[in-house]
Amino acid sequence: MAKDPLAERRRFLRRGLGAAAGLALGGCDMLSERESVTGAFEGVERLTMAAQRALLGRDALAREFTEAEISKAFRANGSINPPDAGYRALAREGFAGWRLAVDGLVERPLALSLAELRGMPARTQITRHDCVEGWSCIGKWKGVPLAMLLERARLRPQARYVVFHCADVMDEKEGAPYYESIDLVDAFHPQTILAYEMNGRPLPVEYGAPARMRVERQLGYKMAKYVMRIEAVESFAALGEGKGGYWEDRGYEWYAGI
Amino acid sequence: MSRDATAGIPIHRHSAVVRVTHWINVVCLALLLMSGLQIFNAHPALYWGEISHFESPFTVGEFPGWLTVPSYQSLATGRHWHFLFAWIFVINGAVYLAASLLGGHLWRDLFPTREQLRYIGRSIAEHVRLRFPKGEEARRYNVLQKLAYLAVVLVLLPVMLLAGLAMSPAIDAAFPWLVPLFGGRQSARTIHFILANLLVLFFLAHVATVILSGLWNNLRSMITGRYVLEPEDDRGERPTG
Repeated sequence: MAKDPLAERRRFLRRGLGAAAGLALGGCDMLSERESVTGAFEGVERLTMAAQRALLGRDALAREFTEAEISKAFRANGSINPPDAGYRALAREGFAGWRLAVDGLVERPLALSLAELRGMPARTQITRHDCVEGWSCIGKWKGVPLAMLLERARLRPQARYVVFHCADVMDEKEGAPYYESIDLVDAFHPQTILAYEMNGRPLPVEYGAPARMRVERQLGYKMAKYVMRIEAVESFAALGEGKGGYWEDRGYEWYAGI
Repeated sequence: MSRDATAGIPIHRHSAVVRVTHWINVVCLALLLMSGLQIFNAHPALYWGEISHFESPFTVGEFPGWLTVPSYQSLATGRHWHFLFAWIFVINGAVYLAASLLGGHLWRDLFPTREQLRYIGRSIAEHVRLRFPKGEEARRYNVLQKLAYLAVVLVLLPVMLLAGLAMSPAIDAAFPWLVPLFGGRQSARTIHFILANLLVLFFLAHVATVILSGLWNNLRSMITGRYVLEPEDDRGERPTG
């Protein structure tokens, strides 16, 4: 009897489908660690970023809301009371001794007090904060556009990213304070501000006093709280584990536009 | 030589594009569902409106590990799987829609005829009795089948995608009309969740009717394209035994 090519094809397809189902249901845990799969994840992140940036352009603004829409109870997330002794000493004095460093690849490093920061031109915006976990809150933020700080410090041409070094130690075993980074598109976005006021009052400790980032077109974990130092760099390979941020080093995407 | 009336008439039912995109879609939706449940578990509460009113959430509990990808709790890994298959789903869906529009599949095979719509009551009655069209009538989809597929292909899946995109702060900045369409970001998240449930219901009904109306014949037609028209049953009853 002649071999039936259709039967052959059927067998092949059945085997293929079986394998696909097996992969889907049993193998995802194992595959999640594989280099080829994590490589695919990184490719997808780049694809998402390229697609979103193409749709967004540089200056498309996140939606701004009215006073009436502000959350009655804004959830405080991540660190809400940094235990670090240096930070606590600063907090006791109302951050009078706090100095924001702006350095790295800049012509003119800055060290700004809270009063000096408050003296600079400010932007106020009522925006929605979207946490990677899925919840959202609306708050009113006032602060200095990051672009203004970077222009004052004069970025060197090699600078490609801006790194935020924070005061909050996330994991007491590891002792690493929070760190984050964004690229220059987001750094110079008009709504990217270093906020020192929330809902019309000085930024409370649980929300990142004395100053925290707002990066309105990305998820909450990009918006570092308790910012101590802003560093311009060419690459963040030497920062933490090299993925560009505290949560990025724990598996999350560096580009958090979705 | 005339064909034996009881042997059935083989026809070519599904195009290669329909078959391939169908099975890619099966894999995508399975992984999107399971990684979606993982993401849901990171904050297992739903809200209505723009923001989360933490004092009054809708809760449905958490999903067990055997239903999630990965099986252990990891929002980061769940998101990676979700976006990987979201992209495959979008590309696959675009290929299907483009081919269906250009090739006429949508008009020819999925839109019910006037006459089919007129007799929709009869089709419902037959479905309730688990009797499915045979013979010549099985050359095309029946009216309920057509409406169900159209609803999934043109409504459920596209709205699912839009509700998912509405949760992206970057997409919201690019398309400010998108979130208000859903009544707020948290509403979009809740709708995304409800639509996932509707898709699971569709899946269950789809698999049940595939089994009841001839598992192997249907399955083969979606794999090789070959479908056999079963002879019509004059007595008006299903053969038993």
